[in-house]
Amino acid sequence: MFKVASLLMTPAAKYLMLAFAILFPLVAANEYQVYVMATAFVWAIAVYGLNIITGFCGQLNLAHGGFFAIGAYTLGLLTADYGWSFWPAFLGALVMTAVLGFLVGIVSLRLKEHYFAIFTLCVGFIIYLLIDKWEELTHGTIGVRDIAAPYGFGLVDFTDTTPFYYLVLAFLVFAIWFMGRLSKSLLGRTFIAIRNGDELAQSLGINLMRNKVLAFVLSTTYAGLAGALYAGMVRFIGPEEANINHTFDMITYLLVGGIGTIMGPLLGTVGIVWITQSLQFLEEYRMIIFGPLLVLLVIFFPRGITGSFLTWMHRKSQALAPTKKRQENKVNTAQNREAESNA
Amino acid sequence: MSLFLQQIINGLTLGSIYGLVALGLTLVYGILHIPNFAHGALYMVGAFMSYFFMVDLGAHYWIAMAGSAAVVAVLAILCERLVFHPLRHSPPIHDKIAAIGILLFLEAVVQMFWGSDFRRMSSPFTGIMNFDGLIIPEQRLLIIAGAFVLVVALQLFLRKTMTGATIIAMAQSREGAFLVGIDANRVAMMTFAISGMLAAFAATLYAPINLVYPAMGHLVIMKAFVIIILGGMGSVPGAIAGGMIIGFAEALGGFYISTSYKDIIAFGLLVLILSVRPQGLFAKGAH
Amino acid sequence: MLKVENVTKMFGGLAAVSDVSVEFEAGRINAIIGPNGAGKSTFFNLISGLHQPTSGRILLDGVDVTNLPSDRVARLGVGRTFQTTNLFEQATVLDNLIVGHRLRTKSGLWDVLINSKRLQREEKAARDKAMEALEFVGLAHVAGQFIADITQEERKRVAFALALATDPKIVLLDEPAAGVNPEETVGFAALMRKMVDEKGLTVCLIEHKMDMIMSLADKIMVLDHGEKIAEGTPEEVRNNPVVIEAYLGGDEDAAA
Repeated sequence: MFKVASLLMTPAAKYLMLAFAILFPLVAANEYQVYVMATAFVWAIAVYGLNIITGFCGQLNLAHGGFFAIGAYTLGLLTADYGWSFWPAFLGALVMTAVLGFLVGIVSLRLKEHYFAIFTLCVGFIIYLLIDKWEELTHGTIGVRDIAAPYGFGLVDFTDTTPFYYLVLAFLVFAIWFMGRLSKSLLGRTFIAIRNGDELAQSLGINLMRNKVLAFVLSTTYAGLAGALYAGMVRFIGPEEANINHTFDMITYLLVGGIGTIMGPLLGTVGIVWITQSLQFLEEYRMIIFGPLLVLLVIFFPRGITGSFLTWMHRKSQALAPTKKRQENKVNTAQNREAESNA
Repeated sequence: MSLFLQQIINGLTLGSIYGLVALGLTLVYGILHIPNFAHGALYMVGAFMSYFFMVDLGAHYWIAMAGSAAVVAVLAILCERLVFHPLRHSPPIHDKIAAIGILLFLEAVVQMFWGSDFRRMSSPFTGIMNFDGLIIPEQRLLIIAGAFVLVVALQLFLRKTMTGATIIAMAQSREGAFLVGIDANRVAMMTFAISGMLAAFAATLYAPINLVYPAMGHLVIMKAFVIIILGGMGSVPGAIAGGMIIGFAEALGGFYISTSYKDIIAFGLLVLILSVRPQGLFAKGAH
Repeated sequence: MLKVENVTKMFGGLAAVSDVSVEFEAGRINAIIGPNGAGKSTFFNLISGLHQPTSGRILLDGVDVTNLPSDRVARLGVGRTFQTTNLFEQATVLDNLIVGHRLRTKSGLWDVLINSKRLQREEKAARDKAMEALEFVGLAHVAGQFIADITQEERKRVAFALALATDPKIVLLDEPAAGVNPEETVGFAALMRKMVDEKGLTVCLIEHKMDMIMSLADKIMVLDHGEKIAEGTPEEVRNNPVVIEAYLGGDEDAAA
C-alpha cells in the first residue's frame, strides 16, 4: 500500500497527470465535459491564489471572490466598453487587481487575525455593492455583454471550447509551478512562519507588513487572472460574479483539497466540481453538504485530502525506517543526555 | 421638521435592531473570542421560526416570538457543543471556517424548506400612532420598546443573578474564573444561548416591517461586526451605542444623501476607523 | 552589552514595568525572576521590540534600540523564545528551522521566479545553519521527524535551535524549562552553559525554577509589580530580605 502510494509522490506521477490533462479533450465524451474541466481549471487558479494568503500565510481573506470579480469586470469593461483588444485588457486586469490588492492590503493587513477576516468580509461586500449599484461604470444589474474572447493572432480561435481549454491549462500549469517554487523557497517559508505566529515571525527578523502585503498581492493577482480568463470564456458577466458564495465555494475547495499544500487546490476544485456535475441533484443541495463538510474537515481533517495523505506517507516512511538505525538513535540520545548532565 | 423627526424614529428603530444583534455577537466574541460568522444565520432562522409558528401553525405573535427564541437558543447551544467546543484548541482560522460552514448549512436548510422567495410576516401591531402630526407606526415603537426591555433585562441578569455573574467573571479573566471553579462549559453554552435568543427577538421584531428570506442575515451580520469593532469587543454599552450610531447614520444618510448606497455607510465607517486605529476604537490591550 | 535605562511601560493606567534599569554583561547568564505578574515577560517584550517603552532607553552594544520594531531588533542580534512556540506541526524539524536564517538573506520574489544563484546559495546556507543549530542542541537525530511526533522536551530544544539559527548575540529565553522534569531541566541548564561557553552568547532567561537559577545564573534581577527590587549574584539575592518578602508576602496579590 505504502509502496504504491509513494509512487504518487514521484515526478513521474506529476508528468502523468499533465499528460492526462493534455489528452483530456481527446478522451472526453463531449465538448460540454471539456467546458466543465476548463471552468474547474479557472476556479483552481483562483483557489491557488487563496492558498497563498490563507494557506501559506494564514490570513483568512474573505474578499477573494471580490477580486475575482474585479478581474472579470476589468477585462469585460475594457474590451466591451472601451474597445481594447483582449490581451492588453488581460494585462490591465492583472494590474488592476494587483494595485487594488496592494491598497486593500496595506490597510487591512495591519489588522490582527479576526479583524482581518471581518474587514475582508466587508470589502468583499463593498465590491459587490459597487458593481451592483455603480451603473455608470459597471452597467449595474444588466451586466456586461459581448466581452472579447482571447485573441488568437489568427492562428487559433479561442471562442472554441478546446483551444480555450488548453489556454487555461497553460495558465494553470504556470500557477502550480510557481506555487511549487514558492513553497520550497525561503519566501514560502517566511509566509509559513507568519502563519505560525506574528510574534514568532517577528522574532525571526521577518517584516510582517512587507511579507503579508506581498502574499496578499500575489493572491489577488491570481484571482484577477482567473476572473479575466473567466470573463473571456463566458463572455457575459454580472454582479453575481462578486457574490460571497463564490468565496465560500473556493474556501471549501481549498479545505477539501488540502490547505497549504501544492496539489490541494487542484484536487479539491476539480474533485468537487466533477462530483457536483455528476450528481446533478446535488447542485441544489450543495450547501447542505458543503456546510457540515467544512465543519467536519476543520475538526477532523484540517489539512484536507492532500495534507492528510502527506502526513500519513511521512509517518509510514518513518515507521518503516530500518529498525537497527532507530535502536542506534535511541542509544545515542541516552549517551548525549548523560554527557550533558555530567558537563 | 416632522420629516426629520421621522428619520430620528427610523434611526432609533434601526439602531435597536442592530444593537440587539450586535449585543449577541459581542457577548460571544468578548467571552469566547469566537467571531461567530453564523450569527446572521441564527438571526435568519429566528425570523423563519417565527414565520413558521405564525403563518404555518397559526400561533399568536408573542407565542411565535417565544417559540422562535427557544428554538434558536437550542440551535446556538448545539453550535457551541458540536462545533466550537471541539475547536477550542485549534488555530483561530478553524473557528472562522467552521462558522462559515454552519452559516452555509443553515441557509441551505432554510432554503430547502421555504425556498429563496421573499416572504411577508404580519404582526398584531399594524396600527399607526399619531403624536400631533408625527406619525409613528406601532411596530417601530414596539421595536424600540422591545429592545429597551431586552437590554435592561440582560443587564439585570448579568449583574443580579449568579449565572450572570459567572459570565461576567469569565469575560474579565478566564484564568481567575477557572481558579474559583467556574464551569467554562456552562458559561459558553449560556452565552451562546443568550446570543441566539437576542438574535431571534431582533429578527421577529423586525420581520413585520421588513421581508423574510434566506439571505436576510448577510447584511445585518456584517453591520453587527462593524458595530462591535467600533464599540469594543465584549462591551454591552458599546454594542448599543454602536448600534445607534450606525442606525442613525443609515437612516439620516439614506434619506438625505442616497438610498442606494446607504448600506455602504457602515462599512465606510469601518474602513475609515480601522485605517486610522487598527485595534478598533476601544482597545483594552491584546486580544 | 545590553543596557536598560529607566524603562517604564504603561498599559492604560497600569505600569507593567516601572522605572527599571539594569545592565547585562556579555558572555554571562542573566536570570530574571519574580512572582507572577511581576512584568517579566513585558520586560522581554520591551527588549525584543514587541512593545515600545513609554519612557526610558534600551541600548544593545551601544546602539539605541528603544523604539525599533521587533524584526529590526532581531536582525541586530536579539534572539528569543516564547512560553509557547507555534511550529509547523506537519513539517519536519529541519524544515521548521530553515527559516531561522532568513533574516540574514536578501532573496525576494524575483529570485524565486528565476531561481537565482543568490537564492540557491542562501537556501543552502540556511539549511546548513539549521542543521548546525540542530546539532548544537543535540537533536540531529530527529531532523527528519514531524514536529507533531517529537516530545515536549525536544520541542523546547527545537525552539532554542530556532533562536540560535538567527545568529544572535543575545538570547532571551522565556521560561525555557517550564513543563519539563528535573533531569531534563539539568539538560537545559547545560545547554545554556554551552551557548555561553562555545558560542560566546549572552543569555537572559525568565524562570521560576529556583534551584536551576541559583546554580546556573551569573547574575539575577528580581522584579515585583513591575519594579526592580533586587539585583546581584545568586548568593546576594538568595539572602535578600526584600526578595524573600516579595515571594512570601506578595502571593495573594499575584494570584489575582
